[in-house]
Amino acid sequence: MAKGEMTRRDFLRFFGTTALGISLGGGLAAETLALEKVEKVLPVLKGLGDGRPSVIWFQGAGCTGCSISLLNAVHPHIAEVLTRIINLEAHQTLMTASGARAVDIYREAMEKKAGQFILIVEGAVPTAEKGLYGRFGEDEKGEKTILHWVSELGRTARAVVSVGTCAAFGGIPAAEPNPIGAKSVAAVLGKPVINVPGCPPHPDWIIGTLAHLLLFGPPALDDWGRPHLFFGKTIHANCPRYFDFEKQCYARHLGDDGCLVFLGCKGPIAQADCAQRHWNNGVNWCIGSKAPCLGCVQPEFPDRLSPLYAALPEEKIRPAVHPLDQKLPKEGR
Amino acid sequence: MAATIIIDPVTRVEGHLKVEIEVDQGKVVEAKCTGSLFRGFELIMRGREPKDAQQLTQRICGICPQSHGLAASLALEEVFGVEPPENARIMRNLMQGINYVMSHLLHFYHLTALDYVKGPDMAPFIPAYQGDYRLSKEDNEAVAHHYFQALDIRKKCHEMLALFGGKMPHSVTSVPGGVTERPTPDKIVSWVWRLKEVKQFVDGVYVPDVLLLGKAYADYFRIGAGCLNLLSFGVFPLEKTHQQKFFKRGTSLKGREGEMEVARISEEVTYSWYQDETSPKNPKEGATSPQLHKEKAYSFVKAPRYAGLPCEVGPLARMWINGDYRRGISVMDRITARALECQKVVQALEDWILQLKPNEKTCNRVNPVRQGEGAGLTEAPRGAVGHWIRLREGKTENYQIVPPTNWNCSPRDDGQVRGPMEEALIGTPIEDRKNPIEAARVIHSFDP
Repeated sequence: MAKGEMTRRDFLRFFGTTALGISLGGGLAAETLALEKVEKVLPVLKGLGDGRPSVIWFQGAGCTGCSISLLNAVHPHIAEVLTRIINLEAHQTLMTASGARAVDIYREAMEKKAGQFILIVEGAVPTAEKGLYGRFGEDEKGEKTILHWVSELGRTARAVVSVGTCAAFGGIPAAEPNPIGAKSVAAVLGKPVINVPGCPPHPDWIIGTLAHLLLFGPPALDDWGRPHLFFGKTIHANCPRYFDFEKQCYARHLGDDGCLVFLGCKGPIAQADCAQRHWNNGVNWCIGSKAPCLGCVQPEFPDRLSPLYAALPEEKIRPAVHPLDQKLPKEGR
Repeated sequence: MAATIIIDPVTRVEGHLKVEIEVDQGKVVEAKCTGSLFRGFELIMRGREPKDAQQLTQRICGICPQSHGLAASLALEEVFGVEPPENARIMRNLMQGINYVMSHLLHFYHLTALDYVKGPDMAPFIPAYQGDYRLSKEDNEAVAHHYFQALDIRKKCHEMLALFGGKMPHSVTSVPGGVTERPTPDKIVSWVWRLKEVKQFVDGVYVPDVLLLGKAYADYFRIGAGCLNLLSFGVFPLEKTHQQKFFKRGTSLKGREGEMEVARISEEVTYSWYQDETSPKNPKEGATSPQLHKEKAYSFVKAPRYAGLPCEVGPLARMWINGDYRRGISVMDRITARALECQKVVQALEDWILQLKPNEKTCNRVNPVRQGEGAGLTEAPRGAVGHWIRLREGKTENYQIVPPTNWNCSPRDDGQVRGPMEEALIGTPIEDRKNPIEAARVIHSFDP
């Protein structure tokens, strides 16, 4: 077996059969995964280090909300994700190391672990003034910027995942007048990446995309680099208030019953599965709480969806193709 | 000989922070705190539909979006002259309160504890600074175990918030005029039962762990005092005029208690990357004009001052001004006051949840106006937060935000006086320059 190739034992370890020094409570469902899946998975995992695949998380111009959303993961529980599924080598909000030690982890990944880690970026990349609106760490050559780290880590990563609308499309930091020249990760790297947008993204979208990448290879993506699995259909098409829309029962004031399109709901164009998946362990979601969808998963968010509480143009609300007839691209089914 | 230590980045904070300290004869003699990211929310808000503020500004902070959204809602309600119904006042208190609990647990276990307790022997818990980890093996293991339990409890807090807020982070229901969601009995019950679990953890695990830490690190009751000025905007209105609050509004300046008058707040930028002409200004008239290449400047954080003085904000300031905690001002006092505040808030939530009236309304209608101004002052878990808005021809003409981190992590002001965290670092003993763990403890105690 070639060096770096995973063994069955490694694979099982990755799925959490290693007992941790302290009890974390609960088992990992994946422990019971059939062994025959190993062969299928091997080509994907090869080269991602021994045991748990290395993940480097880097925060740019953002609010940490995506990371906090990830902490809300239910199945698998976030403790298991952190300690048994992935090897989260670096994450600014969670890592113990500060200062030069923290910088060294990022630098080592960049210099010595090319092709051996998955890079997750949260937040947009400030590019104006050579990136000086977002600084991070320094070495003997001086101060470094978010632009520097995303460019360099992105170049050597095995795969790049942009988590959240800021990293995926620029998001709120890139809103007019965009004083810091905020750009998406894909725009900075000049190569396609996997986008998991949302402000923030649902934890299932983040973990589901990683799982797809690790177990079954890159997921099928739409034109915006989003996995079909989660972003395949509009909110409108699956909305419990769709019947109200058809019957032209519209809410006129916030808090009313009825379809929210005239209060600014972006459900007709926003592509995500919130209507079925619901948020925070399934307890609620935006339209469920009588508030309009903001379209936060869209590349148009926020500027081209503003004012947020104003109705979309008529042709967006009633497109030529009926929402329920919209066909998914083949590979997305 | 003095040596400079640069901690860049300071991890386990929300945002991007760098701290530079000078150490002489084993003690910190100089300190500079740098907020190293600028996004320009104030500039982005200009020219927009005012109502969008409560959604957009939540994205300032993914840990305390609720407080920014609330500050924006309050500012807009002042502009529009609308008062939310009782149900909305209570629901907002519930959402804000449970996010305090979420944030305080996250802060203690996930952002701070690793300065005192060794985590599992794996990334991202290693590498760590070497230092005086003083807990016994058993105690250390117990707290490390609680790190993981606390992940679960803080997640439950977000579930509770989402029951009334739609989703978290970045909830959607608090709008000018009230709250869109209704307090149905099933939601109330679901809340109460989750709260029982949260309370058990706070009373039985969090507070005892903090007290345990306080015993083992008793010297930290004498480290990191800072500027000794405290400020609170007050939070959790107990009746609809907002006159009476669960945590009262006020100041304590070098031990002298007083009122908190908004007109006495100024933001100064001599040492920040903004144009000097904009300093000092009351946030109502404030400006945000970035200027990168500026001598002396070292931070994107402005320097807010009250009556010309730097002020510490946060749980210790709130508890002190409210008369709930008066032991002292230090690293361990901040951590202790935060835990005791958490306990006090949980107790209040038990009462507030039962004050909701399922059949009464939650949202009043808003008649938008084209001109006007408003201020929204509240308290995020980590301290005072204020939003100031001015409308012209129906659009946002000026928007100013003073978040808690501006108060605590501010650079020097126009009079060269250090910010609270900088001042708190002065005098901190540093055992080993390569492992400035003592400085990290001072920094994290502010929940920057």
